[in-house]
Amino acid sequence: MKRYLLQRFAYAALTLFIIVSATFLLMQLLPGTPYSNAEKLTESQRAILDAKYGLDKPVAIQYLTYIGNLVQGDLGYSFQYQGRTVMSMIGDRIGPSALIGLQGLVFGTIIGLVLGIVSALRHNTALDYASVTIAVLGMSIPSFVFAALLQYYIGVKLGWLPVALWENYQSTILPSLALSVTVIATVARFIRSEMLEVLGQDYVTTARAKGLNESGVIWKHVIRNALIPVVTMLGPLAVSIMTGTLVIEKIFGVPGLGEQFTLSILVLDYSVIMGITLLYSALFIFVVFVVDVLYGLLDPRIDLKGGSKA
Amino acid sequence: MNKKWVSRFMAPAAAALILAGCNFSGSGDEASGDSEGGSAEGDGSSAQVITLSEGSDIPTMDSTKAHDSIAFNVLNNINEGLYRQNESNEVELAMAEKHDKNEDETVHTFTLREQNWSNGEPVTAQDFEYAWKRVMREAGPYNYMLVTAGIKNAEAIMNEEVDAEELGVKAVDEKTLEVTLEAPNPLFETLLAFATFLPQNQAFVEEQGDQYALEAENVLANGPFVFSEWQQEQGWTLEKNEDYWDAENVKLDKAEFVVIKDPQSGANLYETEKVDRVKLTSSLVDQYQDNEGFTNEKASGIVFLRFNHNHEVLSNANIRRAVNMAIDRDGLTDVILKDGSTPLYGVVPEGYYNSPEGQDYRELNGDINKGTPEEAQEFWTKGLEEAGIDSLTVSLNIADTDEMKKVGEYLQAQLEDNLPGFKLELKAVPFAQRLEIEKAIEYDLSLSTWGPDYADPMTYLDMWVDGSSANRMDYVNPKLDELVAEARTDTDLSNRYKTLLEIEKVLLEEDAAVAPLYQRGNTYLTRPSIENLVIHPAGADLSLKWASVK
Repeated sequence: MKRYLLQRFAYAALTLFIIVSATFLLMQLLPGTPYSNAEKLTESQRAILDAKYGLDKPVAIQYLTYIGNLVQGDLGYSFQYQGRTVMSMIGDRIGPSALIGLQGLVFGTIIGLVLGIVSALRHNTALDYASVTIAVLGMSIPSFVFAALLQYYIGVKLGWLPVALWENYQSTILPSLALSVTVIATVARFIRSEMLEVLGQDYVTTARAKGLNESGVIWKHVIRNALIPVVTMLGPLAVSIMTGTLVIEKIFGVPGLGEQFTLSILVLDYSVIMGITLLYSALFIFVVFVVDVLYGLLDPRIDLKGGSKA
Repeated sequence: MNKKWVSRFMAPAAAALILAGCNFSGSGDEASGDSEGGSAEGDGSSAQVITLSEGSDIPTMDSTKAHDSIAFNVLNNINEGLYRQNESNEVELAMAEKHDKNEDETVHTFTLREQNWSNGEPVTAQDFEYAWKRVMREAGPYNYMLVTAGIKNAEAIMNEEVDAEELGVKAVDEKTLEVTLEAPNPLFETLLAFATFLPQNQAFVEEQGDQYALEAENVLANGPFVFSEWQQEQGWTLEKNEDYWDAENVKLDKAEFVVIKDPQSGANLYETEKVDRVKLTSSLVDQYQDNEGFTNEKASGIVFLRFNHNHEVLSNANIRRAVNMAIDRDGLTDVILKDGSTPLYGVVPEGYYNSPEGQDYRELNGDINKGTPEEAQEFWTKGLEEAGIDSLTVSLNIADTDEMKKVGEYLQAQLEDNLPGFKLELKAVPFAQRLEIEKAIEYDLSLSTWGPDYADPMTYLDMWVDGSSANRMDYVNPKLDELVAEARTDTDLSNRYKTLLEIEKVLLEEDAAVAPLYQRGNTYLTRPSIENLVIHPAGADLSLKWASVK
């Protein structure tokens, strides 16, 4: 296990390094400057500003400087928000993003599981069709459409929850709901087909033949085994939530990272683009790692110790 | 089992942890009560509180580094320079009580009025000297405003030839500031209302160090309002400054600003009375134009076509005039854009820049190069003959924004319909790229935008002189250069204004050097109970000093 963790950690560091390098170089290809009044700057003023921020140096030198600072944990200063460090900006904005993301994921998974299980147990009934319809709708309609609908009907028409802004806990509910839609749909569809497959397995027939009562069969043998593959879904789902927050945060005025990320790309805030890219990649790698470990714990057939045995 | 354990215990625990660090703005105190007051409905007392919105957070509150209208807006309302823009966009004495000039108007002496910073320290002449030199020393993004103002040595300092200490500004004593100019400058007072010329208290700035202006408590106010609260990415609050010298004329007690990035959400917040003023996009106009609070406001930005004057055919004035006349601007603004924009037949927009006698620039110069498709065709035929060709294919450099793409397609249709043999290819690129292409003059036609630096027609006129960094089309007319040079130092304001009118005539009537298309506009939903929100053309576009709730 220890060796496995170390190995994974080394891979993670390498992946991050490649992402940082690629982002850094790609960013240099974007036209324009990080100065917001580029339209008004003369060539000589721009040269002076470039010199001030070290942007006049060759890309290779800028890259090495950045990597050097990064290793020491220094992500630099934002161009747009003068005087703010990228670290403090991320620190300020990660809380709201993480909260609505987690709530969306947890709520979505629970509802998705319930829907999927119910529809598998009531296979080919109206209940099943209804939940399949919900799942298909959830998959095919983008989350920002749900966000707009939720905002209008629950926020404006009914006035039950805040329309937008980030004032108290109630403000988190609609964005989390909007984010959970994709999760509900994905999980429900997945668990339904897993359940149907497991229900047809020999060991289920055996369990029933042993005289086990039906709820025992369902809980102990069917659901538990059907759940295992769902864990693999959580990784990609968590990532889709991370990207989903970009739009949801904008709609609900959540002071989170996603909106900041798009903005910093638009205004070419180099250091912020790098910082948030780095964070997202690290989170992604971490999530994938956690899922791998969980998978090993849940399914005894998977051995984390040696890649060689396979 | 593990899976359940995770979802049962870990996730809620993590959520609780995050909840602790997620900066809710309301936190149960005054905030909710304020927004009710803001709508001024229900309670008859009409609290003097309003809630406004901005599209993003304040990039910086340091006036020497501020570079966008959101920062300028806050600075304009919490700070005050020697001059301030009044309700009719003219500048009037503010922190300065008295302004004396020497005979040739190159040495200006300002006497400051009694006013304290919000920490109780008096505002002194040293504060101005310190802040202005700081702009130059730190190469602030708007340091060229000091060059435009013609302050002695500003240009040399900007080009790093002279030390920032040599700037022509000196505190003679605590209340007397002396500013030396390179030459007399009729624009000087106008420019002094700009945020870059605000004072800063040296002791406070240095005490705060790299934390200066990063939080509400790290900035000082000396204007009509104080900056009382600032929640990153969420909003900020301005409260009436009781120590302001003109506090009796400030009616608002409090103005809250919330950050709203999605226009539809903004409209929804307006409807639920959480916010009193939101900006609409053109897609929302149809839906809300019958709303009581719907307003169309002229803005000061212009959109126009640049011609590459090196192009063998576009260098022909008849061709350029034909393009000018072939475009129906009304159709563009009323049918295509529908965002409050208005047709423009000149480079100086309407409604902001009055002559010393009080007449609008546009009114005085009228519509230039406005014509019918038939007139356009006459010039077109003549131009083609002169060029010895019978058709013309050119490309149009545009930014790939929704607005610009719509305009580009409209221009394509109009020009190809109205000018036989004209073919226009659209080349949409990211905004920054459009700018680079323009600066390198590697285009045929370019769809450009311009916003004013200061509240004077000159900001739209001196960009066309030979060698100006904003010319970007190799347009040269020595007559125009001469007129601009004349207006730059002419302190007889009536005469100067005549010269300004003349410059536009040379540019458009004589040369048809560019094709102005429209003046930008904004559409808002504004609570009808709010009165006297003053909108300015340049720098800060909002003044709350005179605003009130009915």
